Amino acid sequence: MSQKESLSEKMKLSWREMPIGGVMFEPGSTVEYKTGDWRVDKKPLIDQDKCIRCFICWVVCPDVSIKRVPKPYKKYVESVELDYYHCKGCGICATECPVDAIEMVEESKVVP
Amino acid sequence: MYRKRGKFTSEGIIPYSGEGTTVTIEGPTVCTQIGCAYTGDEAVAYAAKQCKVDVVAAYPITPQTIIVERFSDYVADGEVDTKYLYAESEHSAMSACAGSSLGGARVFTATASQGLALMHEVLYLASGLRCPIVMAVVNRALSAPINIHGDHSDMMGSRDCGWIQLYAENAQESYDLTIQAFKIAEDKTVQLPVAVNLDGFTVSHATESMRAIADEDVDRFLPRRKAVFKLDPTSPISVGGMALPEYYYEIKRQQEEALHLSKDVVNRVGKEYGELTGRRYGFMETYSLKDADAAIVCLGSTSGTVRSVAKQLRAKGKRVGSIKLWLYRPFPTEEFLSAVEGLKALTVMDRAISFGAPYGALCSDVSSTLQNTGSEIKVLNMIYGLGGRDTPPSTIQQAFEDTLQVAKTGEVKERIKFLDVRE
Repeated sequence: MSQKESLSEKMKLSWREMPIGGVMFEPGSTVEYKTGDWRVDKKPLIDQDKCIRCFICWVVCPDVSIKRVPKPYKKYVESVELDYYHCKGCGICATECPVDAIEMVEESKVVP
Repeated sequence: MYRKRGKFTSEGIIPYSGEGTTVTIEGPTVCTQIGCAYTGDEAVAYAAKQCKVDVVAAYPITPQTIIVERFSDYVADGEVDTKYLYAESEHSAMSACAGSSLGGARVFTATASQGLALMHEVLYLASGLRCPIVMAVVNRALSAPINIHGDHSDMMGSRDCGWIQLYAENAQESYDLTIQAFKIAEDKTVQLPVAVNLDGFTVSHATESMRAIADEDVDRFLPRRKAVFKLDPTSPISVGGMALPEYYYEIKRQQEEALHLSKDVVNRVGKEYGELTGRRYGFMETYSLKDADAAIVCLGSTSGTVRSVAKQLRAKGKRVGSIKLWLYRPFPTEEFLSAVEGLKALTVMDRAISFGAPYGALCSDVSSTLQNTGSEIKVLNMIYGLGGRDTPPSTIQQAFEDTLQVAKTGEVKERIKFLDVRE
C-alpha cells in the first residue's frame, strides 16, 4: 500500500477504531506531512561539481530533507539531492557545507 | 530523624522499638487488618509501598508533602524495589512519570497546590497518552496570597485535565483509595491516570487511627501491571505524535468515552475492595437521604463534619441528609440523580471559587446534572474553608437550617453564599 493510500485508509477511522491515545504502530508517518509548505523566501540549491560528498548536510538537516541517491556523478557513486516537499528552508545545510556547494536562492529566481 | 515504622504481615505487626502501641483488630472481614495510627500522608505513602510501584518521580521541596518524604524512607531502607527520581520541578516530575508509565512501569507521584499548577500542562499529556499514573494530590490553596493550607483550588483548577479524580475524607480513605486507584487506572479498558485527593493538613498532617491490610492481600487484590501498549525496543511504537485536525478530534472523543466508562470500573473495584476489607467504596456515600427534605453535598474532609451534624439534627427530628462524593471525575450523573430524588433543597459546598462563574465548580456540576430532568430541587451554593479557614459544626448546622428553610419556602434568596467570611 502506498503512503497516500494508507493515509486515506486511516482518515476513515472512527473514534472507536482509532489506536488508543493516538499511538502509532507504523514508523515514518511524518513523511506524509509535507513541511515544505512552510518554506518562505529562499531554498537551497546544490552544486554537484563543488560537492565533495562529505554528507555533513545529510547529518545536520533537521527535516531529513537531504537525500543520498545512488546516482553516479563523475568520480562519485552517490549524488546529494534535496527533498523540497519537506525542506523548510532553514539554511543549516548551506551554513555547514565546508566547500560552499549549497547556496540559498530566492525561490522566485530559481528556474524550475 | 525519621521514625522507623513497623512491618505489617498477615500474622500481625512486627513492632518498631519506640513510643506508641499497635494492636491487631479482629474485624468482621475476610482479611486480617492491622490497626495503626497514620497521618493521611503516611497512609498514602504506605499504600504506595504496598502497591509495589516501579517508579516514583517527584519534586522533593515545598509545596511537596510528607508522602514522598516517607516514601524516600522506604527506598533508603531497601523496603521497596522502586526507582526514585528527584526532578527539578513538578513539570519535570510529571514528565518523568509519563515516560516511565509509557515504558510499562507502575508509577506513583504526589504534589500539592502550586506544584499541581506547574504540572498542569503535563497532566493533559498523561491523560491524552493514556498513562495509568496514580498521583496523590494534597489539596491546598493557590497563591496569591501565599497560604499553604487546605482548600480545593488546586485540583479544581485542573479538573478538566482528563484524570479520574477521587476525594478522600480521612487517612483511612486516603489509604484505601490509593490502593484502588492503581487497579482502576491500570484496568485494560481505562488506561487513565487517577488523582487521589486528600485535604491539606486536615487529612494530610493529622494522625488518625486506621486499618491497614497485609502486603499479601494487597498483592492478591492488585497484581503486577500488564501494559496494554508500551515503549519496547523489540516492538517499537511512537507515542505523543502530532495529530492535526484530521485525527485530533477522534482521539479526544475516544479519551472522553474511556473516562466515562471508567465509572463502572471505579464501582467494580470499590465493591471488590469492600469484599476484601469490609469497606465498600464506589461513587458516593450517602447518609440518611431517605425521606430527607434537605441535604448537603461536598467533597473531602468536611463531609465528616456534615455527616455528624446531620446525625445530631436527625436526632432532633429534622429531615436532613448528606452526600459525600468519592468520585468527582467522571461525575456520577445517574447515580447522583437517583440519590437526590425526593429532596426539596440541596446545598452544594464548594471549597474553591470558580472566579466569575455562576457557581463554584461542584455546584455547576450538580446544577447541570439536574438540568432537563424535570427535577424541582432547589440548589444552593455555599463557598467555605478557603485557605484552610476552619469550618466548625456550627457553620454546617447553620447551612442545614438555611437549606431546610429553602426546602420549606421553595425560595432561594442567595444564589451563592460565602460561609464564615468576615463581612
